[in-house]
Amino acid sequence: MKPRFAIHLALAMFALSLVAMPLFTITARAADKIDPEADKKAFQKFFMEKFPKLKPEDFVNGPYSMNEDLHKQWEEKEQFPPYEFSLEAGKEMFSRPFKNGKSYADCFPNQGIGIRQNYPYFDEKEGKVITLELALNRCREANGEAPFSYVKDEMAALTAYMAFTSRGKPFDIKIPNDPRALEAYQKGKEYFYTRRGQLNFSCATCHVQSPGERIRAEVLAPALGILNAMPIYRSEWSGMGTTSRRFTTCNSQIRGVPLTPQDDEYRNLEYYLSYVSNGMPISGPGARP
Amino acid sequence: MSIVKPLLVSMLLIASPALAASEADFKAAYAAAEAANKEAGSLRNQWTTTATTLAAAKKAADSGDFETAVAQAKEAEALAKASIYQATSEKERWKDMEIR
Repeated sequence: MKPRFAIHLALAMFALSLVAMPLFTITARAADKIDPEADKKAFQKFFMEKFPKLKPEDFVNGPYSMNEDLHKQWEEKEQFPPYEFSLEAGKEMFSRPFKNGKSYADCFPNQGIGIRQNYPYFDEKEGKVITLELALNRCREANGEAPFSYVKDEMAALTAYMAFTSRGKPFDIKIPNDPRALEAYQKGKEYFYTRRGQLNFSCATCHVQSPGERIRAEVLAPALGILNAMPIYRSEWSGMGTTSRRFTTCNSQIRGVPLTPQDDEYRNLEYYLSYVSNGMPISGPGARP
Repeated sequence: MSIVKPLLVSMLLIASPALAASEADFKAAYAAAEAANKEAGSLRNQWTTTATTLAAAKKAADSGDFETAVAQAKEAEALAKASIYQATSEKERWKDMEIR
């Protein structure tokens, strides 16, 4: 009797496993499936629910949207914006022709005006993410000019001008139907949530778990819309900084050795962060404490 | 005879920490730390503190203080190994933080 019971039990378990296995596989696949649209919805919902009083378009103002006093300071600051010198320099640089007679306008769609919201994009020929900073330096190099530093001054001025001509336009980042684009997006997401540095912080530690909280004297910005204001004038830097500068300094602040600006990891991170902020208006250049 | 052997061993054990570290000790400790930091680099996850501790070890060795140099090199190796552990464990752990 006992052996027969054991055989029945084994058969029942086998049958159950046949039924349960496909279900388990589907669940596992669903969890691992790369679904940027679902990610974006969940990401935006998280921040809207965390800050229900905030208008969606206000997220792009970073710490100034988190605190009434700071918001007042920002409104006053905007009357004489600290990034103005950079914006003027950028406009002048943008219109000045290269030695070969061509200019930045020749490298970009719509002569480079009002296009910031479309960067970064995935280049299917190259199979990689192209950021605005990268495209600007490639434009220079293609026209026989030396590339600029990715972190400040000239690059910040050029991107400031291009952002300014795109103000108010909603981020419109596309992920083409290309597995490499999805992989780049996914890698960017992984970078965003991965803890690094001796302090064991991820980007999300500050900008998802703690926006609106203080870290020392700084009020942390929400990740939603965080790139919409780039480049920024930071009082802490006493100058302008690009997205590349923001990423590398974030890494070193948590005691991680920063990667080289425009390395694949940073390009993918920018792709992910910009995509999940789709619909948020471009507000750059910005100012931050 | 049976008492002499354990006595010698215990004397050696007591005496060993007091032995001054040599340049060779430093070189071995430094090479181990550098190798671990290189591995962290291949995982794209080096820590700034590893680099500064390695530099402190080298500085101490350059001034002939091998005691400090070895201690700093060992500290650097521990930091590098921690960064390797972090990079490896985060391969899956990052998903716990994701907004879903």
